[in-house]
Amino acid sequence: MILQALIFYLFAFVAIGAGVMVISARNPVHSVLFLILAFFNSAGLFVLMGAEFLATLLVVVYVGAVAVLFLFVVMMLDIDFIRLREGFLQYLPIGGLMGLVLLAELAVLVGGHFMAPAIEDSHGAGAAVPGPAIGGITNTEALGRILYTDYVYIFQAAGLVLLVAMIGAIVLTLRHRDVRRQRVADQVARRPEESVEMVKVPTGSGV
Amino acid sequence: MTIGLGHYLTVAAVLFTLGLFGIFLNRKNVIIILMSIELMLLAVNINLVAFSTHLQDLAGQVFAMFVLTVAAAEAAIGLAILVVYNRNRGSIEVEDINMMKG
Repeated sequence: MILQALIFYLFAFVAIGAGVMVISARNPVHSVLFLILAFFNSAGLFVLMGAEFLATLLVVVYVGAVAVLFLFVVMMLDIDFIRLREGFLQYLPIGGLMGLVLLAELAVLVGGHFMAPAIEDSHGAGAAVPGPAIGGITNTEALGRILYTDYVYIFQAAGLVLLVAMIGAIVLTLRHRDVRRQRVADQVARRPEESVEMVKVPTGSGV
Repeated sequence: MTIGLGHYLTVAAVLFTLGLFGIFLNRKNVIIILMSIELMLLAVNINLVAFSTHLQDLAGQVFAMFVLTVAAAEAAIGLAILVVYNRNRGSIEVEDINMMKG
């Protein structure tokens, strides 16, 4: 139990520290790298909660795809990031106020959940530890069993969302450079007068 | 010393607040704003998985997967829009994006 608590605090504090660095790093590349760190530690938290499949998915999708996409874009766009940081502290008061209000509300919510034990269910005193695997079914297998039966339509819709995102990204960023294309209208509108020239070439001399 | 639901909810709450704070703090940089949104979605995922484990109900993890899907799609589309905007205007400052303001 002590070991679990230690690992939890390690992952939690590193994740939160990385989150702080994401929003406060001077260089956006560092921000992306700290975002990757936050994702890794959240994946650790997921494993601690017994959601191994989601932890793997988090590493594969977020670290492997989304964060690398961010990294590509940050490095591809030639932007003066120093200028973007001007007025960084201008929004600090209002932002801090909003953040504190939200945090207070969330604290009230989480605190209220534990102040009223009547709401607590019968699954134990608020423990978020993985229960014993029923019948030796792993997390991935159990997830697959309900994903392909109960949630199959939503699963298909999620695939559709990804398809739309893929096509949308391609359509948005596709650029037609100076490619020689066939223009049918111009071809049809051509007349012999403007395209053929008759030249009388005398014998014995060139054109 | 047992780690309960409240611990995970606290971590998620702090991460969510950090995401919101990042949006306010980096008002000019769209990339950081997108990253902050990713951070907030991650916090939501932690909440969903924590409750899923707490209630011994896998539906929470399924929905965390769908949140992940939407987050990936949003990042792809958002960054594509960002690239196109930067190509057309040569800047990604949020304050410059006011052509349709009238």
